[in-house]
Amino acid sequence: MNSIEVKNLTKRFGNVTAVDSISFEVKKGEFFGFLGPNGAGKTTTIRMLTGIIGKDDGSINIMGFEMGRQTLAAKGLMGIIPEVSNAYNDLTGWNNMMFQGELYGLDRKKRHALSEGLLKDFELYGRKDQLVKFYSKGMKQRLIICMALLNQPEIMFLDEPTSGLDVQSTFLIREKITSINAAGTTIFLTTHNMEEANQLCERIAIINRGKIAAIDTPENLKLTIRELQSVLVAFDMNIEKDYLSVLPGVSSVRKAGDKFQLYTKDPGGLVFYLIDFAREKKLKILTIRTETPTLEDVFLSLIGEKED
Amino acid sequence: MITYIEQLKKVWAVCKKDMRIYFLKAPVLIFGVLFPIFLFMAFGIGRKISAPELLPGLISMALFFTAAAVVPLIAPWETRTRTLERLVSSPVLISTIVLGDITASFIFGLIVAFIPVIVGIAIGVSIKAVYFFIPGIIVASFCFSSLGSLMSTPPADTPSNINMITTVVKFPLVFISGIFMPVKDLPLWGRVLSYISPLTYLTDLVRYCINGENYFYIWIDFIALLIFSLFFYILAVKLHQRNIPRRI
Ligand SMILES: Nc1ncnc2c1ncn2[C@@H]1O[C@H](COP(=O)(O)OP(=O)(O)OP(=O)(O)O)[C@@H](O)[C@H]1O
Ligand SMILES: [Mg+2]
Repeated sequence: MNSIEVKNLTKRFGNVTAVDSISFEVKKGEFFGFLGPNGAGKTTTIRMLTGIIGKDDGSINIMGFEMGRQTLAAKGLMGIIPEVSNAYNDLTGWNNMMFQGELYGLDRKKRHALSEGLLKDFELYGRKDQLVKFYSKGMKQRLIICMALLNQPEIMFLDEPTSGLDVQSTFLIREKITSINAAGTTIFLTTHNMEEANQLCERIAIINRGKIAAIDTPENLKLTIRELQSVLVAFDMNIEKDYLSVLPGVSSVRKAGDKFQLYTKDPGGLVFYLIDFAREKKLKILTIRTETPTLEDVFLSLIGEKED
Repeated sequence: MITYIEQLKKVWAVCKKDMRIYFLKAPVLIFGVLFPIFLFMAFGIGRKISAPELLPGLISMALFFTAAAVVPLIAPWETRTRTLERLVSSPVLISTIVLGDITASFIFGLIVAFIPVIVGIAIGVSIKAVYFFIPGIIVASFCFSSLGSLMSTPPADTPSNINMITTVVKFPLVFISGIFMPVKDLPLWGRVLSYISPLTYLTDLVRYCINGENYFYIWIDFIALLIFSLFFYILAVKLHQRNIPRRI
């Protein structure tokens, strides 16, 4: 079963097409990443998925509810961490939780019990009666997460939840999201942080200029650009780069300090040629290893293609 | 049906939030409460008018200024602080948010309107037709709060922009509504203008309740206030529905 089904979703602002006829599906319980550079259309997509702004074209189905027709029912199942922190600064942490609970129709008892648990879990309980304007950035973000979890959502939307936070807060938040996902909640996360997407997501859509450039698992995405695979090698003596670039299957060679990086579609095969080459030239191999591209390489290559 | 009851509970939640945040801010109190009193004193004091003649205008102005002072600022504030995005992403209707804001303003208006009433009673003015007075104040408070909400529909994110709009609307209304001078004493053009101001009908109603003088029939005052209320409320909801997505 799918948690999110999106078909030909489009949004224009004046003559800018912020989201350009994208289609994708997210399975129930999946950790799905939406990766793209600034202005790619991530926030616009999330806002349409969560019913905050209308779409110009296409369809969105959330947990079987059609956005636009059954919007309220769908909204009740969502937890949302927006791009810009938006707790009420003039309310206390506790009153923010209470208000959130009322908006989602939780009765008083449930509101109290769940809020207490969440605030304790996120180490905010001791400060619950303080106005949010006195919270630090990390505390605010943790409160936002508590608020988003209060209605026990089936699906969480997170718009760059760790941007601008310190290592400790980032770590805590990633850990929590992972455990929420492990408990069965579907996660839709946008980020422009490659490493974050790589570590957390089961599948990633790469979006650029409103279009989806690729959707796959992080490992498969790395494989799709086979030219970016390489073999890193170092010999005991300095040799001319040209000797290496004529080896079978090598598309280019880059000198990296005392090592050479040889790009090839077939790193496994190239290793044998390199061993033969070393034996023939009476060179000693100090280092040899195959390297797969990082997600960053994939990203840059996909984004770069589109820019041309 | 169930969902409407649920939305009504959420109206109350929004209302409580507004009262906590917006209605206790100092500038709000100054504009809503003190300002009409000063304005009134500036016009009233030099002219040797008796308390029963003064009071109807003071009561309706206090109600009008309070009800229309706070609610127009909520939407631009929440646009600026991004909390509007939170409201809109939760399972509430836009009309629920609008009604919640209006309800907060309505309650606040009622409370503030009773300040001049108490002052009046303390100095010996009596309200004769309480049975008209109370329902009149209730309808009018809703009416002016809806007008306030309507004034905040332009998708601005700075309260001062909206303040300009409300000022441009509020002051002319005060002068054409028979507050400083009963409608019957206005020149013809003044009387014609006064018909289009909801404030006219409240002032007329309150003047009747205190002095027994009225220009319109009492039922016309009520009908007019009800029609204005409905018109302002529906228009406010429609325009907010159109403009809130543009604010985000
Ligand atoms: N309300 C709006 N009015 C006009 N243009 C908009 C609006 N919101 C977004 N855009 C435009 O749509 C495009 C996509 O913006 P969006 O905010 O979705 O990008 P993003 O991927 O979230 O970027 P970032 O990483 O910077 O958050 C941008 O060109 C942006 O300028
Ligand atoms: Mg964004």
